[in-house]
Amino acid sequence: MTPTSPFPHRHLLGIAALAPWEIRYLLDEAEQWIALNRADSRKHDDRLAGLTQINAFFENSTRTLLSFEIAGKRLGADVVNMHAAQSSVKKGETLIDTAVTLNAMRADVIVIRHQSSGAVRLIADRVDCPVLNAGDGRHEHPTQALLDALTIRTRKGSIEGQVVVICGDILHSRVARSNMLCLTSLGAEVRVVAPPTLMPAEVERYAVAPYYDFNAALKDADVVMMLRLQNERMDGAFIPSAREFHSLYGLTPERLALAKPDALVMHPGPMNRGVEILSGVADHPERSAITQQVEMGVAMRMACLDVLTRGTRGVPGWA
Amino acid sequence: MGVIAIENARLCDPATDALVDGVLLVEDGRIAAINPAAIPAEAERIDAGGLVVAPGIIDLGVFKTDKPAFHFGGITRAALMPDKSPVLDDPGLVQHAARAGKPDFWVHPLAAATRGLAGTELAELAMMKAAGARGVATGRRWIGNSGVMMRVMAYAAALDLTVITHAEDEGLVAQAVATDGETATRLGLPSAPSCAEEIAIARDIALARVTGARLHVRLVTTAAGFALIRAAKAEGLQVSCGVSPAYLFLNDGAVSDFRTFARLSPPLRSEEDRQACIAAVANGTIDVITSSHDPRGPEDKRLPFADAAPGMAGAETLLALSLNLVRDGHLTMPGLMRLLSANPARLLGLDAGCLKAGAPADLIFIDPDVPWRVDSARMAAAAGNTPFDGLPVQGRARRVMKGGVFY
Repeated sequence: MTPTSPFPHRHLLGIAALAPWEIRYLLDEAEQWIALNRADSRKHDDRLAGLTQINAFFENSTRTLLSFEIAGKRLGADVVNMHAAQSSVKKGETLIDTAVTLNAMRADVIVIRHQSSGAVRLIADRVDCPVLNAGDGRHEHPTQALLDALTIRTRKGSIEGQVVVICGDILHSRVARSNMLCLTSLGAEVRVVAPPTLMPAEVERYAVAPYYDFNAALKDADVVMMLRLQNERMDGAFIPSAREFHSLYGLTPERLALAKPDALVMHPGPMNRGVEILSGVADHPERSAITQQVEMGVAMRMACLDVLTRGTRGVPGWA
Repeated sequence: MGVIAIENARLCDPATDALVDGVLLVEDGRIAAINPAAIPAEAERIDAGGLVVAPGIIDLGVFKTDKPAFHFGGITRAALMPDKSPVLDDPGLVQHAARAGKPDFWVHPLAAATRGLAGTELAELAMMKAAGARGVATGRRWIGNSGVMMRVMAYAAALDLTVITHAEDEGLVAQAVATDGETATRLGLPSAPSCAEEIAIARDIALARVTGARLHVRLVTTAAGFALIRAAKAEGLQVSCGVSPAYLFLNDGAVSDFRTFARLSPPLRSEEDRQACIAAVANGTIDVITSSHDPRGPEDKRLPFADAAPGMAGAETLLALSLNLVRDGHLTMPGLMRLLSANPARLLGLDAGCLKAGAPADLIFIDPDVPWRVDSARMAAAAGNTPFDGLPVQGRARRVMKGGVFY
């Protein structure tokens, strides 16, 4: 919170606001939680005891919500989930009213997912506690990018200099946006692959190399990160069919062979097996890091919850 | 009504290119003489104090009759867009809207081109003209069906009504709320290429050619759009276009941080296109500068960017921002008043917007240099949704006369 602290941000709304050393600080902070989470018996640290964490999810989610809930509970917080997708928001209550309501309940940290870009920031501007963005529209999904970076760092030793290929629906993906920012900030060489209809305008401004040809992009790749193709994109509006997408952009064992022999396979989940990725690749015991991403997700979110609530908890140097 | 002599004025006649010091005589609500040989003895003498005296601004395309904002902005007449609830697609509604501002402000309703602005069936254009409509407008949207648009234009041409269109190809725009580019990509906003405008204008010009209609593209915002308008004018077609100050002084970077006050329709464009707008003012491609006044409260604007309504409250800042064009040497003062007053009057078929004997005495006294700051929290408008909040500006209307009466 204080300007001299290693993470001088009230909220975590996106990777765009973070300096490289701040990203590295969060990754370093997550290491201790990896160890705790792997402990055989009690996985508990009660530093957030007495704090209330509200997970307000305006868009359906299972795994991200679960990950944040487990992360909060392992730190001892009182975790409450608000499934806003079925709540008064549907009855016309404005987002601002919802924010004011959450604030009046004296939450100590709020985790928000919303289907509209910028919505999380809108709420963050009107509450008194730290806000964590768990995904806003196509804009950002910072904890996903952080957990992906943590996974790569854990598996590869470092991120700098790694060739990372991100393939799929880049246009509609907040995961791709946060990952482009995070990985380039940490010194990786990032290539993004999509059909022309799913590539955002001026994507090269992220200092990434755009490719339409997946095979060409895979040359010398250290990491292949596949994105989920949403069902509603497959109906002919953006791509002709799921099978045509698979033929050009599906990650098969043959395609993976074009990357480096030890290339890591990642996917934020949930996967469309047979569309963007084949089971033989997704379940590969050495190459796939997909379940490890889930594991890193909990540790990463614990680190973020810990760091953002230090001011509230009066941790020396953070008040 | 008696005789009023406005003395010590710098008279701004849009038909000329220079200000002339002198006296303007008003009688029975109309301009009686410019620099008369003698001032009648019974005249009430008004000292203009060296201010610029110009015809009142005629704002071609506003979305709300917002008199306090218009009065602050020196706007004496406005063409009201048909996007009302209910839509101005019925003679009774048009007649009602036309009466709404009088006597101190005149509203000239624009008839909805199609019923409910749905873009499918022709609205009763002739009956709405008889009820006071001064033009035909497609509303906030383009008419996607070319067959419908051709019939609208042919019909309006026979009625001698200008067709005022919104130029964005609907297939390209779909759900877009921004222009393709780095800002939209980084913010994750649905966006469309700027050629959506070019495509729409090209079609409407082609239809103007076959129907002989008078076409006015309310807001043109791209270099490609201006090129088409210029070519159509060179060809001799009755094609004109407008712009609003937002496109002259802001680019798409203004939507950074999801600023919904900068969510406009068409969306803000690239810096290259912004500069093309300035050039198009200077070289005469642009005929009209409009405020596109659309006050929107928090219920429409304090929302996630893509869910927020487009539009800005522009009436109060129209004159001050436009005066930048004079200070920067792109226009003369009378040249600016052509864009703000004379040309809109011509397109709407109004006997106004000029400084000649016999014209209605709709006059504004402009102090072109007075500094003030735009403050969205303290605006006269129905809402303070301006992307220019906090900007220091210069120039405003000190007095407004409508029909020979000061308000």
